[in-house]
Amino acid sequence: MAWSRDEMAARAARELKDGFYVNLGIGIPTLVANFIPRGMTVTLQSENGMLGMGPFPYPGEADPDLINAGKQTITELAGSSYFSSADSFAMIRGGHVALSILGGMQVAQNGDLANWMVPGKMVKGMGGAMDLVAGVGRVVVVMDHVEKSGAPKLLERCSLPLTGVGVVDLLITDLGVFELEGGSETVSLTELAPDATIEEVAAKTQARFSIALK
Amino acid sequence: MSTKLRHDAGQALEGLLFDGMSIMSGGFGLCGIPENLIAAIRIAGVKDLTVISNNCGIDDFGLGILLAGGQIRKMISSYVGENRLFEQLYLAGELELEFNPQGTLAERIRAGGAGIPAFFTATGVGTLVAEGKEVRAFEGRNYVMERALTADVAIVKAWKGDCEGNLVYRKTARNFNPVMATAGAVTVAEVEIFVEPGELDKDAIHTPGIFVDRIFQGAAYEKRIERVTTRPRDASETH
Repeated sequence: MAWSRDEMAARAARELKDGFYVNLGIGIPTLVANFIPRGMTVTLQSENGMLGMGPFPYPGEADPDLINAGKQTITELAGSSYFSSADSFAMIRGGHVALSILGGMQVAQNGDLANWMVPGKMVKGMGGAMDLVAGVGRVVVVMDHVEKSGAPKLLERCSLPLTGVGVVDLLITDLGVFELEGGSETVSLTELAPDATIEEVAAKTQARFSIALK
Repeated sequence: MSTKLRHDAGQALEGLLFDGMSIMSGGFGLCGIPENLIAAIRIAGVKDLTVISNNCGIDDFGLGILLAGGQIRKMISSYVGENRLFEQLYLAGELELEFNPQGTLAERIRAGGAGIPAFFTATGVGTLVAEGKEVRAFEGRNYVMERALTADVAIVKAWKGDCEGNLVYRKTARNFNPVMATAGAVTVAEVEIFVEPGELDKDAIHTPGIFVDRIFQGAAYEKRIERVTTRPRDASETH
């Protein structure tokens, strides 16, 4: 069985460390918040201007002045703070955020990431993704291993316009976990999802990778 | 005696609007947007606007109503995914679009307000965003030069404000408002609650009044929510 969305999020949560300031992207990365280990202090940064994101509000308690970067209503915690977009991206671009977990369209073996634009389709915009991958200490990408068409997404080179060059440190797909070394061409398969095989991963991957199962 | 206080949005924008002008508009999604000023610009009907704003509202609210009025020629934004009309106009070639990474957008505005003409950032190096721009290496890493942004008028929304133009924002409705307040040739602020001098805690003012030229209390606030998201109450928590 390949990993489900929740299982991918749970695996991504194992990259968290006590005391980390973390930015979670939209989609599967948002689910990572549900898997923060009990007793671990992780502070979630929302790039629209908040540290210490709390859970979704109870019905009837949504506050229009309190949303996350996905425009969902959220709540605050005792230690939360609010700030401007400029301060928010000073945190991100200044290297003060330890970890960014975000979605991807394509990842290349040299660590390039494409996740914002498909030529010929309406482009929604990159939002804060280019700032996050350029500024945050460690970048973890969570995505399906292949496209709906079956086309590989872990490639020798991205064919889509890039979000960042040589920025991906770790890739988690529904088939396994890959460590990358930004700038070099080194990709290592370090974990396999239950019942996924090296042969299946090889057949569904265009990038060159070595096997270093832990 | 000069005063910054105006009655309403129409009066606050008097003499400031013209075709082809640039307008900065605060807010993130529909959160913290200057609803009353956007409505007044819609009524004024000025056209060929360049609008600098992180997003472009939704079809029938926020900056979306200026799109519907055919008033916007160019948007400078980081994300416009919530607006179908935007997509139609853009694909029909009736709307120009400049995407900026969100942090680059915020920093360009901050630089504009602070008198800094340009800066270097690692964001966007090696991507479409850096095409045609100077790239320079500092201590072994490449950075792209980005230029400052200012506007003919900045429109911002705060929670509370006073006659000095001092502003306090509420929660994540702050977002782009404080930086944009610094970068307008003229800055117009609308507030939910207008307070008497001295009521605001002077140590907790987010935008000092020097950045604000005109201020008024908005007539009404709809404060629409784009995605109401809630969690169920646990049985154990409901008594």
